[in-house]
Amino acid sequence: MFLASAGDPLFVDGINFAVALAVIIKVVLAFAFLLVSVLMMIWFERKIISDMQNRVGPDRAGPWGILQSLADGTKLFFKEDLLPDRADKRIFRLAPYLSAVPAFLSFAIVPIGGTITFGHYTTELQVADPPIGILFLLAMSAVAVYGVMLAGWSSGSKYPLLGSVRASAQMVSYEAALGLAVAAVVLYTGDLSTRAIVTGQEGLLRHILPSWNVFRLGFVPFFVFLIASTAELNRPPFDLVEAEQELVGGFHTEYSSIRFALFFLAEFMNTITMSAIVVTLFLGGPDGPGFHFLRWLWPILWFLGKTLVLLFVQVWLRGTLPRLRYDQLMDLGWKVLIPGSLVWLLILGGMLISFKWGLIVLGISVLFGAALIRARSLGAQRVGEVGS
Amino acid sequence: MMAALFPLLSVLHPVLAVPTIDRLVFAVCAVIVLSGALGVVLSSNPVYAALSLVLTLFGVAVLFVEEDAQFLAAVQVVVYAGAIVVLFLFVIMLLGVDRQESMRSERLPAQRPLALLLGLAALGELLALSRLTHWSTGPRGASGAPATGGGGNTAALARSIFTTYLLPFELTSLLLIIAVLAAVVLARRPGQHPIEPPALVETDDSNLPMPGPDPDEEIDGVRNVDAESIGFGGGRGPQ
Repeated sequence: MFLASAGDPLFVDGINFAVALAVIIKVVLAFAFLLVSVLMMIWFERKIISDMQNRVGPDRAGPWGILQSLADGTKLFFKEDLLPDRADKRIFRLAPYLSAVPAFLSFAIVPIGGTITFGHYTTELQVADPPIGILFLLAMSAVAVYGVMLAGWSSGSKYPLLGSVRASAQMVSYEAALGLAVAAVVLYTGDLSTRAIVTGQEGLLRHILPSWNVFRLGFVPFFVFLIASTAELNRPPFDLVEAEQELVGGFHTEYSSIRFALFFLAEFMNTITMSAIVVTLFLGGPDGPGFHFLRWLWPILWFLGKTLVLLFVQVWLRGTLPRLRYDQLMDLGWKVLIPGSLVWLLILGGMLISFKWGLIVLGISVLFGAALIRARSLGAQRVGEVGS
Repeated sequence: MMAALFPLLSVLHPVLAVPTIDRLVFAVCAVIVLSGALGVVLSSNPVYAALSLVLTLFGVAVLFVEEDAQFLAAVQVVVYAGAIVVLFLFVIMLLGVDRQESMRSERLPAQRPLALLLGLAALGELLALSRLTHWSTGPRGASGAPATGGGGNTAALARSIFTTYLLPFELTSLLLIIAVLAAVVLARRPGQHPIEPPALVETDDSNLPMPGPDPDEEIDGVRNVDAESIGFGGGRGPQ
């Protein structure tokens, strides 16, 4: 058998030294890559935000302040680790790890390039390609809720508790929209594996556009996923969980030193992973034109470039949008994103059968939506009459 | 073989006949699952009990992966660990019932013997099921990859749900929708108009689990109304 799956951590085709070595190398490389990108991402974000706000930003440590995050991290390491008196000690210590570990794990399924060959082994440039693929991401983002939630609860203090109650409601709500956007991708790919999702997007759509899911699925799932993932990450404008002006620091108010650093490590790792996942699901992953020399390099560069653009978008959103109010947040999640992506999923399903069926489903949903809007406005009118 | 010696071993035969690495995974998972289950029953703190439940669910998920039921494992983590137990914890935190409960007093006297009886019945049922040979997802995966190919039998599961068992599946979804509607109806007080802006609802801070230090009426009002809008806080709170 051609060893295409050398480096599969589930060892489906058995274990030998080369396979185990490939797995270990890939895991270590992915870990190091993620840590370095977090350092760079924090610096990148601070620099871009400063530019947007007419400030200079960090410029002391290293050229252009590029070593600032390293300096901050080192400082956090040597700070005193405080444990509040009223905290639930065991869970207080456990919570940061519950945040950081899923953040590390979910990056494992991202394909960052094509395949490379060493000796007579070929391995895919991703840590793992489980058959459930993208469901693993949903599982990990589901587990990530615990870190934030338990951190807030175990601190034994009111601001963290409020932050974590907000967090759990927000993350559970937006997971539904996230899942529905993923369902549209899976519907068109016919496979859950991230590798299959990426290879399914190669080629051209009507000879003009790249056949990426963002075009194939008609933009709606892409934007739903982008919004829902920003909410899932608790990044602005959805950062009610740690809203400084209302909750001091939210769920991590009582944390200090390395545990505090772990929360931020997790948050930035999740940001990078989610951007990489958006690239994988909707922007073709490592797909893009390449050249004949260094054939393995171009997909990686394409992947990194696309991810960088999405990371800039995240920073941009943070720099420009005001924070949502809590009821606006819930309205957006439950009344816009979830019904919208459900209807879009139906239309896509119809389009998969035939164009005619797609149009029929589209017509029915437009009629139904119009009826719903009319009913709502009538209801509002009636309430107004009763109230006055 | 040993299996012929004792009836108990013949029941355990499917476990003992598998390769060593599978048995090792099973043993580790069994310890995790059982310690989690004991934690659920024996913890006096509801939050610890909920977390032990998560431990059990994770152990079972790993067992699912071991049995090549990868889809089931993912769904287990997403639905049970990711949504249901989170909602348990959410309720515990929101209602402020996270205090120690006494294990001695018992409100329903028949509860413990009944629980034992039902547990034994469920165990008997599972053992009986494990002896049957018909599995809609193909042969059991304990002794290697399933016959359905490397797709983690997601496709086989889907085909079985959407063809053979379509009616029960759709009925279940109908049941869930009815339950959701019922929850919405129960959570909504009569006479409260849904279109009214939530900030107009009167707030009463004394009912919050934590004394609200910030007398900002609007934030508190909004927070409580939205706790209601996702299905909680119907029975309490400042309405």
